[in-house]
Amino acid sequence: MREFGYQQVSDVETAVATLATSADARYLGGGTNLVDLMKLGVETPELLIDVTTLPLTDISETADGGVLIGAAVRNSDLAANPVIRQRYPAVAQAVLAGASGQLRNLATTGGNLMQRTRCSYFTDVTKPCNKRAPGSGCPARDGEHHNLAILGASEHCIATSPSDLAVALVALDAVVHVREGDSARAVPLTEFRRLPGDRPDLETTVEPGALITGVSLPGLPIAAASRYRKVRERASYAFAIGSIAAAVEVSGGLVTDCRIAWGAVAAVPWRATRAEAMLRGKPVAIESFAAAADAELTAAEPLEGNAYKVALIRNVTVELLAELTGASR
Amino acid sequence: MTSTLDPATTRTPLMGQGINRLDAIAKVTGEARYSGEYPLDGMIYGWVVQAPIAKGRIRDISPASTLSMPGVLAVLDYRNAPRLSDAGDSELLLLQGDRVYYRGEAVAVVLAQSLEQARAGADALDVSYLAESHDVLLRADHPDMYTPELVNPNFPSASNVGDVDAALAAAEVVIDRVYATPAEHNNPMEPHATTAHWNGDTLLVFDSNQGASSVQMSLCRLFDLPRSAVQVKSEYVGGGFGAKGSARPPVVLASMAARLLGRPVRVTLTRQQMFAMVGYRTPTIQQVRLGSDWSGRLQALDHLAYSQTSKILEFAEQTAVVSRMMYATPNLRTAHRLLPLDVPTPRWMRAPGEAPGSFALESAMDELAQACNVDPIELRIRNEPDLEPDSGRPFSSRNLVACLREGARRFGWDDRDPRPAIRQDGRWRIGSGMASSTYPARNAPSTCQVQARSDGTFEVRITASDIGTGARTALTQIAADALRVELDRVELRIGDSDFGPAMIAGGSMGTASWSWAVVKACRDLLGQLDMHSGAVPAGGLLARADTKDDVAAQADVTRHAFGAQFLEVAVDIRTGEVRVPRMIGVFAAGHIVNARTARSQLIGGMIMGLGMALLEESLMDLRFGDYLNHDLAGYHVASNADVRSIEVSWIDEQDDQTNPSGIKGIGEIGIVGTAAAIANAVWHATGRRQRTLPIRPDRVIS
Repeated sequence: MREFGYQQVSDVETAVATLATSADARYLGGGTNLVDLMKLGVETPELLIDVTTLPLTDISETADGGVLIGAAVRNSDLAANPVIRQRYPAVAQAVLAGASGQLRNLATTGGNLMQRTRCSYFTDVTKPCNKRAPGSGCPARDGEHHNLAILGASEHCIATSPSDLAVALVALDAVVHVREGDSARAVPLTEFRRLPGDRPDLETTVEPGALITGVSLPGLPIAAASRYRKVRERASYAFAIGSIAAAVEVSGGLVTDCRIAWGAVAAVPWRATRAEAMLRGKPVAIESFAAAADAELTAAEPLEGNAYKVALIRNVTVELLAELTGASR
Repeated sequence: MTSTLDPATTRTPLMGQGINRLDAIAKVTGEARYSGEYPLDGMIYGWVVQAPIAKGRIRDISPASTLSMPGVLAVLDYRNAPRLSDAGDSELLLLQGDRVYYRGEAVAVVLAQSLEQARAGADALDVSYLAESHDVLLRADHPDMYTPELVNPNFPSASNVGDVDAALAAAEVVIDRVYATPAEHNNPMEPHATTAHWNGDTLLVFDSNQGASSVQMSLCRLFDLPRSAVQVKSEYVGGGFGAKGSARPPVVLASMAARLLGRPVRVTLTRQQMFAMVGYRTPTIQQVRLGSDWSGRLQALDHLAYSQTSKILEFAEQTAVVSRMMYATPNLRTAHRLLPLDVPTPRWMRAPGEAPGSFALESAMDELAQACNVDPIELRIRNEPDLEPDSGRPFSSRNLVACLREGARRFGWDDRDPRPAIRQDGRWRIGSGMASSTYPARNAPSTCQVQARSDGTFEVRITASDIGTGARTALTQIAADALRVELDRVELRIGDSDFGPAMIAGGSMGTASWSWAVVKACRDLLGQLDMHSGAVPAGGLLARADTKDDVAAQADVTRHAFGAQFLEVAVDIRTGEVRVPRMIGVFAAGHIVNARTARSQLIGGMIMGLGMALLEESLMDLRFGDYLNHDLAGYHVASNADVRSIEVSWIDEQDDQTNPSGIKGIGEIGIVGTAAAIANAVWHATGRRQRTLPIRPDRVIS
């Protein structure tokens, strides 16, 4: 094992300032991803700054009727929180659909958004990977990619984000609160992570060294009936091969509002805005849901090994929307 | 002095009782010591450096920078490694030259004061290679495909009875299908680990394996040492599934490194390293052709299997051998073709041969049942043979039909509507399926010593191996029964090659083979005690047994355990998800020694079969020559949530021709047939045949 420093901090300012003193430091949340990647040599930080001791462990209600989730809130606590369960059930469902009880006890809200891809080339330092070693190439495109991206990928990278939580959050208009240097900033989650383009090594839109301090969800009545559905190869303890978080508001047999986001299809939690736009104002019917999914999937660029995901995500979208609206198939 | 023996009338036989594992407390409290846990004075840690090319040569190794790192003592590579002699496994001739035969092969071991220092040194080791183009893809039409002389362990490669081609041409119904199974990795919970120590010219190793005698023999041959100079201890082993059935690289590397340094050395593998270094199940491509009349009576069975081996060692899996004994047919042909590739050598993985072979055979039988419109159970009963179809030899016992009937009763098979794709429960399509199971019930020579101690207790010493099966408990029960004493008067010691040669825990032959030696030694001891009027003399009494001649004198009959598996699946064809809500297995496997551990063995096999059917698949990247999903996040085995209702039972079976205890092994039969039963059930649910494993979402989705 390479030697590295470890430091606990007690306030956000110190955390950000400490990171700035090092050429290669990382914030350490639950460590359920970062520590694994350090063992594999994928991550080689010289300093870990433990942010789980920061006063960011509360879930508090906000003035607009929403909630602010501290970045250091453990996944287990998030999923068990009564306010989350009542007002944003998709968030609790997404958390519980991921990992194992032991991992959820450690993993944090902020860390969850920063999870790296599970692409098998990224996690093996003996192989090329543009995300890990920029310019080295992407073997996944012509290799094993059955669980890689069908949307928003580039010739340089077809990685997917493995987070379940982020899918539910992005569907429900979550905002990420970050500390960049001396200033605080709020970034909609839809804009927080970036697509690979020609820089797959850059995964977020915030400054290097920025610290996630929390995630807020707005007061959103539609979210109270939200749901998360995850498809995976085995019944538990596996990353999604396709997932969806959705909420629908119906009036007079028409869809008056909706939120739809997909997981395991792109490098970002994929907010299906085209599908939402297509669905608003349409009758509650299977055909409407299928048309909405298809509208979003026109942008899909599947490869040979992951083409099944197009049908999968379309089907699971229709199914969940039907469930949420009581539409019969 | 009172008699050492209890009056026979006062004790109930322990055979069959569900005795708790005798080592359960030691294991759950951490008291049980595994091979990577023995602390020896001055011990050094070794970290294996693996080749990142699939074929080529080492151009140079420059250890200078590694040697300058803190704690690093040495780098073991082909230039300073002790010379080894061939032990019949050329993959064990490690660090003997500059050639690289497969990606992940050990090219060096960095030796340091701590594990972390060794690992850091290994990461920093400067090795350059001259890579050559490699070939790692199994395909049936490859020009290098050849017919091996024998298949594992020593069956003829081909068999032929009657005229299969003519019978197929004349058959009223013909099923001709190609089935494929992927490479799979064993993944026992405990990774391979060795702690090695030389004392002058004698070698002591603590090694995680399935047979200390076998590893001892390999080390003797590799290092040109007599048996008396090598001791292998493996008291506790955390699983093997075949991956620890013979000496693997860690024991050789640790022994070489300890010799080089003159200090004890421990080498443990990571999960990732295990995907290259300890074996796996070969991928297979199988063509099965069945010819029958309209009633489903077989006229011909033709089973041709393609599999791979490495270019340095031939391992020919016996994939089609199961078809030689399963169903009656006047025309029966089996054949194997083998392709050497630039890959690690495939090895044993739970039910080698039978597990992939039965997937093809039992799937084809289901397709035949469908074609003939005959119930799959009835089809098998109609084709039940009196004698082994291939050899004409009698079976020592064969209770397949009883298992089929009992399984059908327990499952409620009679109510089943045979039509496919007509049952829906919410988003799930529901189906049920079944398959037969079988596994050979063989015995191999073993030795055992039993000592009567003057305090009225007995010590049984045998180089048995308990890899989690419960063999330690089962053998203690057998010894206590043979000695006619209660369990607590028997101390069983295993996992030490000093106890003498014995069979490995493999081929479902461990407990059967060891029990024979135990019973024989105990009976000898009872005879001696009789001569002392039941009293143990001051110095104790010792009996030794060797079953070599007994095993050789066994009648020429064929011995197999049988079983039947029934299960229900739920398939969501919109997402490709397949779940298995209910599994039932019924087995006929001679005397069951321990009801509790036997149940665990059988459901463990079935769960592994569930994983084989739906999840397990080692993904080879053709360009790198490497199994990509080399950890348990990427290589999925069945998790708890995948297993819902699972039930096993067995029928009473008396077989006097297996061994004195009437035991047939049960370590492997549980996995045989499960994958076919699931594939058959998925067809029943969806109307689509699944002929390639695993049955992944992308193969199901529509």
